[in-house]
Amino acid sequence: MEHIANIGTTALDVAAVRKDFPILQQQVHGKTLVYLDNGATTQKPKVVIDTIERYYETYNSNVHRGVHHLSQVATDAYEKARQTVAGYINAPNANQVIFTKGTTDGINLVANAMSRRFLKKGDSVIISAMEHHSNIVPWQMACEDSGATLKVIPINDKGELLMDAYEAMLDDTVKIVAVTYVSNTMGTINPVEDIITLAHARNIPVLIDAAQAIQHLTIDVQALQPDFLVFSGHKIYAPTGIGVLYGTSEWLNKLPPYQGGGDMIKTVTFEKTIYNELPYKFEAGTPNIAGAIGLGAAIEYLQQTGIPAIQQWEEELTAYAVDQLRQIDGLRFIGDAAHRSGAISFLVHNIHPFDMGELLDQQGIAVRTGHHCTEPLMDRFQIPGTVRASLTFYNTMEEIDKLVAGVKRASKMLL
Amino acid sequence: MTIKEKQDEVIDDFSFMGNWEDKYEYIIQLGKDLPLIPEQFKTDDNLIKGCQSRVWLHTELKDGKLIFTADSDAVITKGLVSLMISVLSGHTPKEIADAEIFFIDAIGLSSHLSPTRSNGLLSMLKQMKLYSVAYQAKINQQ
Repeated sequence: MEHIANIGTTALDVAAVRKDFPILQQQVHGKTLVYLDNGATTQKPKVVIDTIERYYETYNSNVHRGVHHLSQVATDAYEKARQTVAGYINAPNANQVIFTKGTTDGINLVANAMSRRFLKKGDSVIISAMEHHSNIVPWQMACEDSGATLKVIPINDKGELLMDAYEAMLDDTVKIVAVTYVSNTMGTINPVEDIITLAHARNIPVLIDAAQAIQHLTIDVQALQPDFLVFSGHKIYAPTGIGVLYGTSEWLNKLPPYQGGGDMIKTVTFEKTIYNELPYKFEAGTPNIAGAIGLGAAIEYLQQTGIPAIQQWEEELTAYAVDQLRQIDGLRFIGDAAHRSGAISFLVHNIHPFDMGELLDQQGIAVRTGHHCTEPLMDRFQIPGTVRASLTFYNTMEEIDKLVAGVKRASKMLL
Repeated sequence: MTIKEKQDEVIDDFSFMGNWEDKYEYIIQLGKDLPLIPEQFKTDDNLIKGCQSRVWLHTELKDGKLIFTADSDAVITKGLVSLMISVLSGHTPKEIADAEIFFIDAIGLSSHLSPTRSNGLLSMLKQMKLYSVAYQAKINQQ
């Protein structure tokens, strides 16, 4: 697979980038929107919106089915999007890129197929203490169905995985390790290279939840060597309802299909069905064609904007935000890892995160408050939730300043 | 005062507040001033589970009227809870069951009653209505 060279290595022109995102120009409660909820979902550039519109206006048709012109155009665009995704993550072959509904769907696919074929009583599955519910519940269900045991890698007070504990947990009962690359709540970047190397030394496959990594870090699956890697389109400037499951050919061929239906079959008789080959074996039913094409457009937009420049800007933003927030009286971070990206969670004195979020919203600042679908992590820190600001490349230093001023103003009102 | 008159009064109070800060400072103050409910009433039975802030609601029937006391772990929610109590507490179950709540909307806080907001206020209102219907049914049986 061709790894498309990134165009543009100069510094990011944030003002120009912001003009690409129509939604960022609007006012909320009479103030210019400061959108710091990118961990929940990212905004869409005009080119993605236009691409979807063009699909529905000019070549909407079902893929892989028709002999007619429009169906061929739609199929070509859908498969081109698969090639674009494959190039972006450096997959050896585009047929290792399965289009899903999103991260949750991808994890459910693997967990379900694993439980039916590869898990039994006495086996175990390893996840970590900082997983999103999406990477907990499907494995709990898989364990319940198969009689396997769920084991959890503990973390330290900074929100970093205890790698010694992880290593000690790896024994012959472990049938899969499923961990997040970047914590959606704390922004911790986990040492996934080491996690994979240690598991592979015992022939244990690893699933990487890249929902919060795909938009911030360079992922080369041939270098990283995960057995499975999943992410959502909507967190990387593409529409909702589209996601990707990457897998090694070995594992994708070994796993039984997840759902039955159209497109995933070669032949069907009432006696026996022969399944289609990869990637179609896992894409039952009419797929999210517009979503896939939109995802392709989003990735191309990032490549044209310049990924090194985007990453450098995001690192500067995060460092500045952490530094500025740290100076607020009574503020403590929930998760203060040495390596971090995207999300910054915090609490101020004993202020309830909901109260803080409400008063930030009144100032036009969109953050997320609550448990961020990581209830076990909240229990670990014995808190009801956090205030989470999650940054991305269209955010500015001025917006960080507004956040800091907003937090101070809200604290003054609430204390 | 009727429930409707009480709501009109709240709306009147809010009409003098020019900006969001005045409005929220007032709600926060109400939240801070709301008498704490005895710890013995902060039970799981009395807990109304919203997604983000928790609300405890205790109900008593006194001389044919329902008395509500409540608490929340979030002060803005607590302020709104305080407003809701000031409007509904001390009325008969029938009055509460029949009451149309319009003041939250009128003071520009309708988003707090949206089901997606999950801050416990909507659930609390539902619970208050439910209690009043249940007490009314009990009274009817007597």
